[in-house]
Amino acid sequence: MTTSTQGPSIIPLEGVAIAKLPGPVGRKKPNRSYRHEQRSGLAMLAPAIVLLILFILIPAGLAFGLAFTNARLISPYPATFAGLDNFVRLFQDASFGRALLNVAYFAIVVVPLQAGLALVMALLINTRIRGTTFFRTIYFLPVVTSMVVVSLLWVFLYREDGLLNVLLSKATFGLVTGPDWLGETATAMPAIILMSVWQGVGFHMIIWLSGLQTISAELYEAADIDGVSRWQKFRYITWPGLRATRSLILVTITIAALSLFTQVSVMTQGGPLDSTTTVVYQAVESGFRQQETSYASAISLVFFVIVLIISAIQRLLTREKV
Amino acid sequence: MRTPARRVVVTSAAVGIIAALTGCASGGGGAAGSDGKNGELTLWTHNAGNKAELDAIQSIVDDYNASQDETSVKVQAFPQDSYNDSVVAAASAGKLPCIVDIDGPNVPNWAWAKYLAPLDLSVDLDKNLPSTLGVWNDETYSVGYYDVALATFARKSVLDAAGIRVATVEEPWTREELDSALAALKAEGTWEYPLDLGTAGTGEWLPYAYSPFLQSFGGDLVNRDDFQSADGVLNGPEAVEWATWFQGLIEDGYAAKKSGKDSTIDFQNDRSAILYTGSWAATSTREVLGDDLVVMPSFDLGTGPKIGGGSWQWGVTTGCANPEAAMDYLSFSLKPEYIAAVASATGTIPATAEAAALVPGYEEGGELAQFREYSEKYAVLRPETPAYPFIATEFGKAMQDVINGGDPRSTLDTAVKNIDTNIKSNGGYTQK
Amino acid sequence: MATDVHLAPPTAAPARTARSSSRTARAPRARLGILGWLVRIVLAVVFSFPLLFMFVSSLKPDAQIFGDLASLAAFLPVGNISLDNYAAVFDRVPAARFLINSVGVSVVTVALGIVINSLAAFALSRMRVPGKGLILTVIIATLIIPFETLALPLVWWVNQLPSLSVDEFGVAFTRGWLDTYQVQIVPFIVNAFAIYLFHQYFESIPKELDEAARMDGAGWFRIYRKVVMPLSGPAIATVAILTFLPAWNSYLWPLMVIQTEELRPVMVGIQYFYQLNVSWGEIMAYSTMITLPVIALFIAFQRSFINSIASTGVKG
Repeated sequence: MTTSTQGPSIIPLEGVAIAKLPGPVGRKKPNRSYRHEQRSGLAMLAPAIVLLILFILIPAGLAFGLAFTNARLISPYPATFAGLDNFVRLFQDASFGRALLNVAYFAIVVVPLQAGLALVMALLINTRIRGTTFFRTIYFLPVVTSMVVVSLLWVFLYREDGLLNVLLSKATFGLVTGPDWLGETATAMPAIILMSVWQGVGFHMIIWLSGLQTISAELYEAADIDGVSRWQKFRYITWPGLRATRSLILVTITIAALSLFTQVSVMTQGGPLDSTTTVVYQAVESGFRQQETSYASAISLVFFVIVLIISAIQRLLTREKV
Repeated sequence: MRTPARRVVVTSAAVGIIAALTGCASGGGGAAGSDGKNGELTLWTHNAGNKAELDAIQSIVDDYNASQDETSVKVQAFPQDSYNDSVVAAASAGKLPCIVDIDGPNVPNWAWAKYLAPLDLSVDLDKNLPSTLGVWNDETYSVGYYDVALATFARKSVLDAAGIRVATVEEPWTREELDSALAALKAEGTWEYPLDLGTAGTGEWLPYAYSPFLQSFGGDLVNRDDFQSADGVLNGPEAVEWATWFQGLIEDGYAAKKSGKDSTIDFQNDRSAILYTGSWAATSTREVLGDDLVVMPSFDLGTGPKIGGGSWQWGVTTGCANPEAAMDYLSFSLKPEYIAAVASATGTIPATAEAAALVPGYEEGGELAQFREYSEKYAVLRPETPAYPFIATEFGKAMQDVINGGDPRSTLDTAVKNIDTNIKSNGGYTQK
Repeated sequence: MATDVHLAPPTAAPARTARSSSRTARAPRARLGILGWLVRIVLAVVFSFPLLFMFVSSLKPDAQIFGDLASLAAFLPVGNISLDNYAAVFDRVPAARFLINSVGVSVVTVALGIVINSLAAFALSRMRVPGKGLILTVIIATLIIPFETLALPLVWWVNQLPSLSVDEFGVAFTRGWLDTYQVQIVPFIVNAFAIYLFHQYFESIPKELDEAARMDGAGWFRIYRKVVMPLSGPAIATVAILTFLPAWNSYLWPLMVIQTEELRPVMVGIQYFYQLNVSWGEIMAYSTMITLPVIALFIAFQRSFINSIASTGVKG
């Protein structure tokens, strides 16, 4: 629903291979009771399955079907089959190409930046020093703040006469006059990146933290006895111990980054000069504002395929390492 | 995981295609709403952000509700930026209210999409300014209380000091005069940007405010012979010249890439020397500047000054359960005193002469009368085609790209390509 | 470490992380020098000051907000302080109504989500159901579909769904869900990740408990209600928190499907509000109003919040 670089709604997909989940335990029960169990089980599953079909599988199928028609959001005339027209148009659409580039740019910067900063923060608060809870709470505050609110707030901070530029000018004794951050093609995307990291980093800090806490303290104690340096401890104990957490964080941040929408919709509407437009933003613009449902479906479909491919690649890479 | 996943995709694709085909054949168009039952009508308006206008509408509604006891009308106000989206969403849901506010140029699209019904009023609409009526395929679908006119505002003292002549209807500023005026004003150093074009505006403001410049250069939004293509008019040599000129104003520092939040107030505070805006800003600016304010026509950039015609109008939806009551309300609301009340609240041009007589300033020689003159002389309706909303979003996007330094030629070519594709994929919007 | 940590379910993740907080005592001993403290404090400033600025500015008129920018006063409630901006918000838009809508929609979504997702997870975890492997696979496979790609077809689709309307003439079937409360709730009840979390948690509850209850003649639903759910407090809290945040923050969806002001949730409300060309102080007031309740909830239930986020991380 909300797109952010954290997003509890967008969750690890990788983590599960069903084949390995514990299967039914072979309990031996009389046949009548087994049938009863089956019936009750299906009854308990039914609401979830019905809702899943209605609100995920059918819309997914629709996105697929509509992409090959000329359906409009409102039109008094029936949609007709249009073959690959929408896709041909899509691949000639310069704005869509730009959107792909922007999303790649966003993801390539945000993924390491956010994951790295989150790790540093997790290391900083993974100590028994006084005030850890306090700092953890503070770092986490932006995560519980809505992306819409955060975006509006930062629109103000990023103004030409906004807080950020006033601070910049003060800090440099008037030497630096900041630009209109969201109004320049060169700075708009970096500005959105910075804000997105600010909002989402606390989320991944917590995930790193939970990973850190699975590493046995005895390893560190042994290393202390051997007089190992801090960097070596990180290199040979902490980093390998975080392997699982690492791939999880990679996947969640990447998918959230690819779905970038809310910030752009509130802050820049894709501008200036398409420098912040994204794939999802284009889909919503054409499907909703321009009423071209079929074209938007084609964008959605292409987007879905891209997410699928990237997830598959990441899954392959993380598998290889193990 | 692979096999089941593929199975899901295949199954859902099948479901999707079936649903899409059956659904689309039956869906759409049927704006079968339920508003209007039990004598309760809802009216949607775009002016949640404009208290004066909203209050004026509300008081008409209150009067109407008090005047009879069969129907009661309820007002629902939206912010202007979201208004069209809300209507589109409601129309696709068949949940439109009985009475809607419509921006004039969208009328052909809404009529084509069959969610506006032709008007059947008990008042004679012949006396209305033509630009206050929404006509498509020889049917009238909407009627407005007012029109607005674009104009330029300046301080007489400033113009005199810089040796710039006051433009008149007989002799508007030419492009060369504008350029030299801007150069002179910029040289004074008083204003960072001497000309305020309202570049912070979004949505319909972009085509409304800037396509008249294009038309004055000799270009247009779409070829009006058959409304099938924008090629050659939106990207012809005149259009490229227009875009280059506009971009030049920004690059030369004559106008801001992004003007302030409220251009009128900035002008009143002397943060700009020349303001390009609509007649609605006249009254409040006159109060601040008094006799120093001069209102001048828009610029002659080649084929004479042009301004956009057609503002907000009212229509009745096809889904309304009680169209007679809706028509009755509209007829009631078109009394001269109401037209006058809304026009004075909004500082706009009353739709009829009768109403204009009731608004101070619009009498012969009155300080607002010149706006009526601009409307009569310069107004160009935005293209009366169902493709307009799409054209408008593409033009708006192109406009913002031009302002932000995009290459004029390729920006306009892209817009033309998108517009032509849209028209084609909709069968030329010729179905009836 | 498990060799393929990914594939090992985070058994009883919530329970373990709950305990793990107390294990912080075993975390590497702190030797945080001055630099460490400096970084912590700088980070705290970076993360809190923009929000502090928002709260403080909500109490000031615009002229003062801009005037204070150049000094520390930007972050302090000093000068011309009043609640005028808040009064103005309520004067302009039915903000209270928006708040009630969002609270209602979020609470109902969360509550129904807990029941329906846990029921499904219970059946998948503890009962013999034909094809349950496939069912679980499909459920988890849906996690890869970003909601944004479904939104547009979903708008069209929910509008085809039958709906009940109740008025003074009785109950009638109508078509289309747009502009209703249910359209904000029903599509978001089923949450594949919630099913997954419940499933993992239930796996950690000894199955002997079921056996014992069945010996006493308890039916499956009774076991769910009386045995498993009472033991699943942490999982319920986790799912509640993880489904509450997106429900409260939901923006794109209601933007498309809600037109009537009476049904508008807070996030769409603020976007509309922003378009009304209001003062920055009023925007900050509205923002504060919809942010503070969540921050208060977060601070009150801090441990559960952190644990629920942590539980989304796979444990080795």
